[in-house]
Amino acid sequence: MKIAVPVKFVPDLVEELTIDSSGAALDTAWLRLIINEFDDHAVEQAVILKERGGGEVAVLSAEADGVDDFLFTTAAKGADKLVKLTGDFSAVNNHALGKAFAEAIKTIQPDLVLTGVQAHNDLDGSLGPLLAEYLGMPFVGYVSGVTVSGDKVIARKEYSGGLVAEVEVKLPAVLGIQASETPPRYVAYSKIRQVMGTAKIDEQAAEGLDAASGVTVSRMFQPESAERAAMLEGSPEDVSDKLIGIFKEAGAL
Amino acid sequence: MSQDIFVVVEHLRGQVADISHVMLAGARALSQTSGGGVVAVLLGKDAQSLAANLAADRVLYVDSPALAEFTPDAYQLALAGLIQAQSPRAVLFGHTSVGMDVAGGLSAKLGIPVVSSCRSFTADGKFVCQICGGKIMAEGDLPAPTALVTMLAGGYKAEVGNQPPAVEAVPAPALDALRISIKQYIEPDTSDVDISKEPMLVAIGRGIQNKDNIELATELAEALGGQVCASRPVVDQGWLPTTRLVGKSGKRVKPKVYLALGISGAPEHVEGMDGSDIIVAVNTDPNAPIFNVAKYGTTMDLLDLAPILAERVRSAKGG
Amino acid sequence: MTMNTYNILKSIVVLLSFLLATGVFLWRAYPQLWTKLRQSQSTPRFGQWGERIKGLIVFVGAQLRLFRFRAPGTAHFFIFWGFLFLSLTILQAILEGLLAFTNPHFVIPLIGEFGPLALIQDVIALCVAVAVVYGMYLRLVVDPERYKGSHKSQGVMVLSFILTIVLSLLVMNGSRINLGEDELSAWRPISALVGSIYSGASAGTQVVIAEVAYWIHLGVVLLFLTELPEGKHFHVVTSIPAVLLRNLEPRGRLAAAPTFDGHAGVSKAEQFRWRQLLDAYTCTECGRCQDMCPAYFSGLPLSPKLLMMDMRNNLKHPSGAMVPDAITEKVLWSCMTCYSCDQECPLFIEHVAPIVDMRRHLVDQGSMDKTLQDALANLGRYGNSFGQSDRMRAKWTQGVQPAVKDARREEVEYLWFVGDYASYSATLTDVTRRTAEVFSKIGLSFGILFDAERNAGNDVRRVGEEGLFEMLVDKNKQAFAKAKFQTIVTTDPHTYNTLKNEYPEMGKVLHYAELLDQMIASGKIKFSKKLGYKVTYHDPCYLGRYNGVYDAPRRVIEATGCEIVEMPRNRDRAFCCGAGGGRIWMDEKDVKDRPSESRVREAAALTGVQTFVVACPKDLTMFKDAVKTTGNEQTLVVKDLIDLVAEAL
Repeated sequence: MKIAVPVKFVPDLVEELTIDSSGAALDTAWLRLIINEFDDHAVEQAVILKERGGGEVAVLSAEADGVDDFLFTTAAKGADKLVKLTGDFSAVNNHALGKAFAEAIKTIQPDLVLTGVQAHNDLDGSLGPLLAEYLGMPFVGYVSGVTVSGDKVIARKEYSGGLVAEVEVKLPAVLGIQASETPPRYVAYSKIRQVMGTAKIDEQAAEGLDAASGVTVSRMFQPESAERAAMLEGSPEDVSDKLIGIFKEAGAL
Repeated sequence: MSQDIFVVVEHLRGQVADISHVMLAGARALSQTSGGGVVAVLLGKDAQSLAANLAADRVLYVDSPALAEFTPDAYQLALAGLIQAQSPRAVLFGHTSVGMDVAGGLSAKLGIPVVSSCRSFTADGKFVCQICGGKIMAEGDLPAPTALVTMLAGGYKAEVGNQPPAVEAVPAPALDALRISIKQYIEPDTSDVDISKEPMLVAIGRGIQNKDNIELATELAEALGGQVCASRPVVDQGWLPTTRLVGKSGKRVKPKVYLALGISGAPEHVEGMDGSDIIVAVNTDPNAPIFNVAKYGTTMDLLDLAPILAERVRSAKGG
Repeated sequence: MTMNTYNILKSIVVLLSFLLATGVFLWRAYPQLWTKLRQSQSTPRFGQWGERIKGLIVFVGAQLRLFRFRAPGTAHFFIFWGFLFLSLTILQAILEGLLAFTNPHFVIPLIGEFGPLALIQDVIALCVAVAVVYGMYLRLVVDPERYKGSHKSQGVMVLSFILTIVLSLLVMNGSRINLGEDELSAWRPISALVGSIYSGASAGTQVVIAEVAYWIHLGVVLLFLTELPEGKHFHVVTSIPAVLLRNLEPRGRLAAAPTFDGHAGVSKAEQFRWRQLLDAYTCTECGRCQDMCPAYFSGLPLSPKLLMMDMRNNLKHPSGAMVPDAITEKVLWSCMTCYSCDQECPLFIEHVAPIVDMRRHLVDQGSMDKTLQDALANLGRYGNSFGQSDRMRAKWTQGVQPAVKDARREEVEYLWFVGDYASYSATLTDVTRRTAEVFSKIGLSFGILFDAERNAGNDVRRVGEEGLFEMLVDKNKQAFAKAKFQTIVTTDPHTYNTLKNEYPEMGKVLHYAELLDQMIASGKIKFSKKLGYKVTYHDPCYLGRYNGVYDAPRRVIEATGCEIVEMPRNRDRAFCCGAGGGRIWMDEKDVKDRPSESRVREAAALTGVQTFVVACPKDLTMFKDAVKTTGNEQTLVVKDLIDLVAEAL
């Protein structure tokens, strides 16, 4: 079974986010990029499937700071093919990224494409459904478990309220991963360093990156504190007393 | 080409999801700017009755056996033709496990832009999206002539309609060569407490730090006569069962008081609890987004506050 | 039967049984001593012979570490020395048996004719008997906690052997004295006393008694010989090499990670170093380590003693891989690396080192709980376990007056390596700022690395992530290269330990207690008042046990005018707070009793003491928490050393 995992790097929310001088975009000076957490789960799920039923896993990413290290880490986990798309991705949205990935994935001809169900900086829809359409494959998202059975997969799809559906999808297909069956594994540093010596990253130029079908932001800002909570000050005892008053007023005590 | 705002109704197993009502409210607001009407789009099999309480001007109903259950490809096929034929100003989907499976694909298929993670619309019809874990808002013009939008809960109050809208049957297109089908549903575990029925909830997030500290929350909940619930990080660790999960993939709760301990306030969690009467947030990070949703807050360490609050509540109750 | 026939038979039987016993002994000992040790990895343990011989004299000769428990220590002292002196009587017994056919009254020349030696042997035999009876009483009646899990019946069996050997010797001697055959009878008062019990019996009976006592004596000796390689009594053979070849490296220096086929860490018997195998064979199951182990105390599945016994078991009866079958993951992750076990062990068995080696294997396999995984991921990405940006490391410096210098820009005398906890933990910001203010007040020329500092890696290494440790060392060394300073001072003992012992080519590294002590002694610090508090001081594991710094902090405390009341477990017996070995990054779900709470109760029990002084940021965090959870907020307040200094200045 051939599995392709396209991933996205997104702003690391641990760092402080600031708006740049245009007022419509994030200031890249302080920005650090980190792998989209859901994509990390997608990689893990792909490796789990490979361990279970054999096959090959290809991980693809657009170039960015930290991507090389990440790709090597996936190789240490069990990925067989590492692809880095080169080009100017600065103004690129998910539609353009999806088209670029589709080109690269078509040459791999995978049976299954796994990608994170969403990324926190998605503005023009998430990558998965767009990619599926460009590849002509069906898409199911919010998947937290995958079982392969012949030319189909059974995906565990999560709905709100804890409801889960077992969805049968004909391969080849794209699945939007919410969570891998077991949490992403740890890879020791020594192993990653080892892999850096043996694995190779295949660089492919991304053709014709166009940001059409995109969404234009005229203003970006941090949420107003107009609706901010009334802050309670004092010792734990003071705050507790105030809270008890609030609970009583709400009729909950 | 119309200025109508379409809303794709989400329903699962005979129940219209709350998000549909939220979207209809949002559509109503947006329609003031666009000048058109609010049109609910209902897909299903023998599901007309669900149209009754929708707060829409009219309902477009597509009936087909292939639409008996929600499947992304059947919905996409059914909607593609409808959207192309009617060219509404905007089509609203839920930013959910249902809406997100359909909206993106339709955007790529039809070449229509999609705006995701939208929370609300401004008075002049701009979209306001909430991204980056709730830390950033992005505003812009709604793409013309048609835009697809996935809506987050929380920007509008879910309200049912005053009177049943007119239902217009739309013939279903050919829905064959489908590649997705539902095999079965798995019920959520009902052996545990139903937190959505509790008037007082003590919610814990990453700030609880380790499983041991959960005791503090349990004791506090007990003292308050409520229950403990949690955000995703706590449930993912296995510290509490999924029946206690509040949020997009968990339960939606509307207690009188929601006491959020060590929860940052990411949208996926907030959408599960922003219907609460009063939200009190305890988080040592003064910049945590939860403070934008809470009515009261404190930057005190929950580990310091919880035991003292529990003690005071117990003595206030005379026990 | 005539005496002649009997004596010929005696020689034959003695020869055969001696050969048989020796054969069994070798057959049992060979796989251990030779095969397994030969298959294992090398350990550089040779050199520094002066120090090693001294160790033999103090720790084997004087049995120093055993005297922690006075009565058992005394008992074992006599058993050990008794064994040495009485080994000559055993030799005598064997030789007289072998030579019975020519010389039934054979006595070893010179040694066997030396009166004073006979006296020592006779008296010591009595002492051994008393010691052994005490030993049995200890095991059967008192049965202290530390013996839990040890093979009690084996211990009692061997004690009975020794008692039998000694009593039969006295009876045999006694008979010979009664028969007038002993030339040194005047030098054997105890034997004479024993013999006097049956001095009335006929000569014939005396001979029978003597011979029966002889056979019992020899028989049990040879039986004991065959039993020696089994279980804990092998230490009789291995104890001297164990002490002689103990680790003389600084305690806080771990050996590099072993790799096998590209995989780091140890999981199979043949991957261990010979020292570790020797340790497994040497463990006497005394439980002194178990007694002091904070992990064992807290209800976690680790006991250093049981770890050694499990290792030994797996070596002798391999029924699975060492890790994870004989020694489970849970056991390995329980360790707080406090070093109490290595400190207490009378035979210098190393417990921490093999645990770390086995953890290295677990990390290589990715087998760890999610909390630890997240901590390591954060350490790798942000250089701290808190998951906060490295850019926020020096946020605490905002508002500190005078401003804290950047050692990368200005030359300073002291580079203050602040450490993760002091920099990022919200509860410790106060103390960190106070430290900066005190440093300025005492006129110290100091600076910090700001956001170039990374976690020093002490606990990363002890968790087994050697690769990450090396990366952190690299980053820190790069930062040091960019800064201009003469000495490094740190407020964190973990940092202190690794910078001092494990980082390559470092200049001088001081813990701030040492620095303050030096400055007080040289008059550079003058206190304006005497605080007059009654305090108790907790020795941090990595400052005290690991690096021997016990007195400097105490002198500083006393210089501020405080009176120190020691807790029962102080100095090298200080009880770990439970945060070390990466435990502070792990799930606490299996902990039943927190070590920090036990320690706080220990302090609270001291009359008149209201202040608990610490010199480590993790101690501060753990004990402040424990004071709350044990309900001691009114009785005890936890203060850092710097708090006292700040107040007294």
